[in-house]
Amino acid sequence: MKSPRQFLDILSFDPPVLTRPLFDPRTHPVPVTKQILDEIALSRAEYEAIVERLGREPKPLELGLFGALWSEHCGYKHTKPLLRLLPSKSPRLLVAPGAENAGVVDIGDGIAIVMKIESHNHPSAVEPHQGAATGVGGIVRDIFAMGARPIALLNSLRFGPPDEPRNRFLLHGVVGGISSYGNCIGVPDVGGEISFDRSYSGNPLVNAMCVGLIERDHSSGSTQGGTGPRIISARAKSPGDILLLVGADTGRDGIHGASGLASRAFGEQAEMRSAVQVGNPFLEKVLIEACLAAVKLPGVVGMQDLGAAGMTSACIEMAERSKMGLRLDVAKVPRREEGMTPYEVMLSESQERMVLAVTPGYEGPVIELFKKWDLDATAIGEFFTGTNVRIYDGPELLIETPIHILTEAPQYTFDAPKPKWLSDLQAFDPASVSLPEQTPAGILLGLLASPNIASKRSVFRTYDHQVQNNTVVVPGGDAAVLRLKGTGKGIALKVDCNGRLCFLDPSAGTAIAVAEACRNVSVTGAEPVALTDGLNFGNPERPDVQYQLTQSIKGMAEAANALGVPIISGNASLYNEARGQAIYPTPMIGALGVLEDVTKHATAGFKHEGDAVLLLGAASPWDSTAGLAGSEFLATFHSKVAGQPKIDLDLEKRVQQACRDAVKAGLVASAHDCSDGGLAVSVAESAIIGGVGVTVDDEVPARWDAALFGESQSRIILSAAPANIAGIREIAARVNVPLTIIGHVGGTRVRFGSSVDITLCEADDAWRNGFDRATSG
Amino acid sequence: MYLAKVKVTLKPAVNDPQGITIGRALGRLGFDTVDSVRAGKYFELKINEPERAVAEKKVREMCEKLLANPVIERFSFDLEPA
Amino acid sequence: MKFGIVVFPGTWSDGDCHHATSTVLSQQAEFVWHGDRDISRFDAIILPGGFSYGDYLRCGAIARFSPIMESIIRFAERGGQVIGICNGFQILCEAGLLPGALMRNDHMEFRCSWINLRVEQPDSQFSHLTKKGQILHMPISHGEGNYQADPETIATLERTGRVLFRYCDERGGITREANPNGSANSIAGIVNERGNVLGMMPHPERACEALLGGEDGNVIFRSMFTPWRQPADVSQRK
Repeated sequence: MKSPRQFLDILSFDPPVLTRPLFDPRTHPVPVTKQILDEIALSRAEYEAIVERLGREPKPLELGLFGALWSEHCGYKHTKPLLRLLPSKSPRLLVAPGAENAGVVDIGDGIAIVMKIESHNHPSAVEPHQGAATGVGGIVRDIFAMGARPIALLNSLRFGPPDEPRNRFLLHGVVGGISSYGNCIGVPDVGGEISFDRSYSGNPLVNAMCVGLIERDHSSGSTQGGTGPRIISARAKSPGDILLLVGADTGRDGIHGASGLASRAFGEQAEMRSAVQVGNPFLEKVLIEACLAAVKLPGVVGMQDLGAAGMTSACIEMAERSKMGLRLDVAKVPRREEGMTPYEVMLSESQERMVLAVTPGYEGPVIELFKKWDLDATAIGEFFTGTNVRIYDGPELLIETPIHILTEAPQYTFDAPKPKWLSDLQAFDPASVSLPEQTPAGILLGLLASPNIASKRSVFRTYDHQVQNNTVVVPGGDAAVLRLKGTGKGIALKVDCNGRLCFLDPSAGTAIAVAEACRNVSVTGAEPVALTDGLNFGNPERPDVQYQLTQSIKGMAEAANALGVPIISGNASLYNEARGQAIYPTPMIGALGVLEDVTKHATAGFKHEGDAVLLLGAASPWDSTAGLAGSEFLATFHSKVAGQPKIDLDLEKRVQQACRDAVKAGLVASAHDCSDGGLAVSVAESAIIGGVGVTVDDEVPARWDAALFGESQSRIILSAAPANIAGIREIAARVNVPLTIIGHVGGTRVRFGSSVDITLCEADDAWRNGFDRATSG
Repeated sequence: MYLAKVKVTLKPAVNDPQGITIGRALGRLGFDTVDSVRAGKYFELKINEPERAVAEKKVREMCEKLLANPVIERFSFDLEPA
Repeated sequence: MKFGIVVFPGTWSDGDCHHATSTVLSQQAEFVWHGDRDISRFDAIILPGGFSYGDYLRCGAIARFSPIMESIIRFAERGGQVIGICNGFQILCEAGLLPGALMRNDHMEFRCSWINLRVEQPDSQFSHLTKKGQILHMPISHGEGNYQADPETIATLERTGRVLFRYCDERGGITREANPNGSANSIAGIVNERGNVLGMMPHPERACEALLGGEDGNVIFRSMFTPWRQPADVSQRK
């Protein structure tokens, strides 16, 4: 777990247009002023640590490198000790998370999968279209840098309430950016989630997840040999290896992205709004093809994407990982603009760039290959036996700095107490709210139409979710399902997080996020085999946020351990605040599941008239008032975010196991996670998606609000032919999971006891059009 | 009545993928003296305003509010009687 | 049959077309780089979907100048089969092999969804295994698929039976709601005068397996490699 790149975030930020370079290494005065330290977001104490470790004052260019590499994004100052708690062991792991940019899991048949989430929150708040687009580009480069073909994108978006025009502007801009970039590069966008809450007003969350497939190496020129998946390392192999810079020319994009924005509260950024990075998806597409072809050439030993802090982090961390010194010549870097200083070249975050490590003598065909794709590939440096990075500007040596000092950022640990306000919120008893004045049917229709629950079809249909001919289950159900060509296998993918529950209890809420991501995968019949996380939190210098971070990661570790799924990669975006108010702690969880036989998968919609509707995981169809804690119902109809979320991880594991077994045995006609909006919403969704009515027979108890709309965890709605019920019952009993027959499929109405009786048409209209109605205008 | 001819282009420091791609294509077609291309948008607006100063002010507002994205773009316009 | 699948920078349906023609339909298929000129080894050419050159300037505007396009024009003149799908259709229009142009969808959004196509003309090398009025279910995925041409051109296309496919609803009705992009007369696919060049916006290669939602696309590729005698006066290819 040594490398800080393990959880490196590539969040880049948009700097001011620099009319004048901030630093000129030749003329800049030392010692450094507070203003400069602020600019690169280093504290005075950190600066003094640098002086002490170097045994001298850093030169200005060095200081820029420290600012970048000691940022939260590259250095993980506030999160690294916590992240060590996360489980990273699995017999399927081919590469441990710490060794490369992400862990790699073995799927069998010579195929491996790598996946990662990246946030682009702050750039998207400034310019939503380009911010989201470059976020997609960044995470895709992360994946193909490992030699993996990007096969799926997902995204997880959070905005403030859609009744505010600014939030609608952000939503439409972000969706447009994801659509324009993702569609152009030919990677299907197979799923995601969008939700709204006041806590994200002014600081939207834009998290993109990419999944890559690494195939068995068939090439004769393989430098690794063997018949396993060919994983490309982000390191050089031998002293003398040449560093090639490939892709876009370097401009003054995003300088101080890693250090500047990533380490400050967002409210301070107003002055820095300009020079947004504009991504070039066409170049990215060409770069994917060229790089994946290049790694098959002899002599190509390593590859790394340029993300946060551009060349600085990519090159220096590559050297660190290679345990070699690196000589770089900034004069060789192709520029898009004139008059750029070495400082600007080193810290530029221009998009669509990669570096490759190539054995000397083999670079000719590599450069030729890139030329075929109309791409520049330029030798900008070489590795040597040593421990320092030497940066030249032509013949002039600008700096020579020990690499380990640059990459060993300080680490801050904290032990903040639980805030009093949180204990008060948790003590709230949902039974204390009175029954609403609306009818149960009215509330069901209201929840189905709420932008958090309603179908996001109008968004998904602007994303190409079918390119590459693998998409078996399209977005809109629980998890997307893709087949793996030539194997008979499939994978299920989901990204999930309920920020409201994480706010009410960071530990339980994050455990629920893990459980729910896995449950969504399990309901398709797939076995969860790997997780990735995208941590979105407020300012880690605040004790409340420290408490949230600590508890959240503990909850994540506990749930991942309980469910036996390793966390193979991650990303942290801190300082998510607007107007001094932190966002809900939002640790997005991405889950990967494997289906040994892709034809045996379940989908969410009811299938046949006469099928029984079963609830797996609970002995009664009706939830108790405790299940209302943090629910959509309380938030929407009582404007209340309070209560104590809970999850029994042992039960959760068994419920998922039973569901997978039932799907695999072919006993189940549909399976759907029971979550936001509770049982009534989930049952109605299965009816709407299936286009057939449903009746839940039992009489709804007096606390119908909790019974119908409580969100207790570990529940799954199944439907099955009556003849299969005994088989499902047997499977549930084997793992000691309650199973209740709650109703039957059929007709054209959606009914719950005598409390709710609406037409399928009404329900369908609310669910299908609710999102558009709430977000247009 | 005035005719406004509005040009919207990316700010000089902002990456212009379209311009770069078109520039390279022109080079392949033999136009090898093309040094760079910047792409932009062009609008013609007829405005029912008798006063030039008012028309100018309104066009500027339209540019700032809608026609250009001030975060990445800049604009210029000519105004002529129509 | 040996299909040549052209790869432009930015093409992304190349792999899907290869999968559909070779893995699913057991034909020979080979990728051919846009910079190559020799396509003599192929029986049919596929211009696949994607965003060639990023669709910058206009869709297909830069790709049409690729060296291979000269060879494809000659190939088509000699009667060789050429199918342009999505971006390939746009390139064929820019290259003048097909009339008209694909404009921005009338609702201004990218649209990826399954749609229904009604077969208008089964007397064609690309559709002779279908029946007139048959409904084909397949995906679209485009932002600029709004087919437009001057009224005379549209009238000629209609009069000469060169409109192969039209967007329709699930019962075959040609309605405004079933038209996903605003195309004139709901046109989804047309052929050239000689009938050997097809351009269509929907993706038949994405409708090649039941597991992925449908197999209706196969009938188009199968028609291509199944012998067919043109009923009218126009000469046979090769």
